[in-house]
Amino acid sequence: MYSEKVLDHFTHPRNVGEIADADGVGTVGNPRCGDIMRFYIKVEDGRISDITFKTFGCGAAVATSSMATELIRGKTLDEALQLTNKTVIEALEGLPPQKIHCSVLAEEALRAALVDYYTKHNLPLPKELETTASCDVCCRNEPRCDK
Amino acid sequence: MFVYADNAATTPVSDAVFNAMLPWLHDRYGNPSAIYSVGREAKAAVEDARVKVASLIGARPEEIVFTAGGSESDNYALKGTAYAGRKKGRHIISTKIEHHAMLHTLEWLEKQGFEVTLLDVDSDGLVSPDDVKRAVSDNTILISVMAANNEIGTIEPIAEIGEIAAAHKIPFHTDAVQAYGHIPLNVREMNLSTLSLSAHKLRGPKGIGALYIKNGTHIDTFLHGGGQERGRRGGTENVAGIVGLGEAAYQCSLHMAEDAKRVTALRDRLIAGILPIPYSRLTGHPTRRLPGNASFCIEGIEGEAIVLTLDSLGVMASSGSACSSGSLDPSHVLMAIGLPHVVAHGSVRLSLGPQNTDAEVDYLISAVHKTAEDLRAKSPVWENNAPMWAKFE
Ligand SMILES: Cc1ncc(COP(=O)(O)O)c(C=O)c1O
Repeated sequence: MYSEKVLDHFTHPRNVGEIADADGVGTVGNPRCGDIMRFYIKVEDGRISDITFKTFGCGAAVATSSMATELIRGKTLDEALQLTNKTVIEALEGLPPQKIHCSVLAEEALRAALVDYYTKHNLPLPKELETTASCDVCCRNEPRCDK
Repeated sequence: MFVYADNAATTPVSDAVFNAMLPWLHDRYGNPSAIYSVGREAKAAVEDARVKVASLIGARPEEIVFTAGGSESDNYALKGTAYAGRKKGRHIISTKIEHHAMLHTLEWLEKQGFEVTLLDVDSDGLVSPDDVKRAVSDNTILISVMAANNEIGTIEPIAEIGEIAAAHKIPFHTDAVQAYGHIPLNVREMNLSTLSLSAHKLRGPKGIGALYIKNGTHIDTFLHGGGQERGRRGGTENVAGIVGLGEAAYQCSLHMAEDAKRVTALRDRLIAGILPIPYSRLTGHPTRRLPGNASFCIEGIEGEAIVLTLDSLGVMASSGSACSSGSLDPSHVLMAIGLPHVVAHGSVRLSLGPQNTDAEVDYLISAVHKTAEDLRAKSPVWENNAPMWAKFE
């Protein structure tokens, strides 16, 4: 079952919403799997000055989105690149095994938003972002669903 | 406000049942197999309960075997009938929408060399008697169709299927765990050989149920042990549980018709209050459904998130979405009625009982509306009051 932290971040999610003039937007997941996450970032002086999300999905999907945005807000781009799903899980005081993929999705949503930022601003892609994982973390029963 | 609206999962033990059980948990501890007075009174209590459980479905008391609940009854009926019939044939007919207590037992029987045909259902969840007829072969030794579905509430045409089974002299089982005590059932009119029931769905305790076994039915013993239950089910009887089941059945015999009417009215008001939510739909048959079952899919939001949000509003409900079941696909029932994944993800089931009130139904309606609005406001697929699935495919 869910930890109190997860339930808190589900019931009172931090940073929900859109950023109209976002510097980067990343969307991962797919409808068939039942979870879609979209992260919006604003970058100022090499720092993520604002970050928001919108998520369709289960309790863990919303809570990991919320926690990931909390962990990233105010961080430098370099620090943001280091965020892993493990950090998100630890900050949430654990996730049930079948919900680990939600934390992977949150990590990927952030990376997708960063890729969008670097691409839009014609900046060279840092090597950490060169291998963007596919979205099939949630669809292990499907060969690949990278649409 | 706190509203328990998950009566299909389990029900609160009624005062009558609680009071009937209490002495048997403490003062009246005799073993029903003992011949002295303390044993005899326990035996009498067990037999009294057997009469009550039998009479609700038109069975004879000796046709009732007490078990540890619905799952055991299903296992007993399937394995017992399959093994007793295996010299005649190996083919079993059932449906795609059975409870896992049935489906997983059938999977196990397949591994033992039985052949299982699982029938499709229509978009309302109804099994077609014609499909049953077509599936029957010389090799068929058992037909099993649930009386009413636990997720979507659809009531199956058991009497019609029973006629087909009788015409072919094939044993006929029904999982009536959701139906017993809620809708009228008659084992003779329905030509049933076996019927599973469970006390905790009718305001009795958990871990106690029964299997009706028609006199003359060939069925192997499932739980070997002492000579209890006339040698059919070993183990010292759960006297308090049996007394609780008996009392719950007795209460249903007094109040079922009137409760069903009242609960059906509450359910229909609940359905009418929820369907105005845009992109929502009822799952299961519009009229042939259990009195208490109101199940829906609400697009653009996810079932487990619906359950958690309702919980935060004091409402206890459940969902058949993939995330809530811990699997990758939404429930087999929602898939069997042909719902697309994107729709089935938004599943929520509210199930009412006789203890629910009008004021609670009002609260449920407003809580579900609020939940849909809150979650849609957070959902990237919800734009301009519609789900934009195509953008994500
Ligand atoms: C249709 C159906 N069959 C079987 C069961 C299993 O019953 P029990 O929980 O008593 O083992 C249930 C209840 O969950 C059910 O709804």
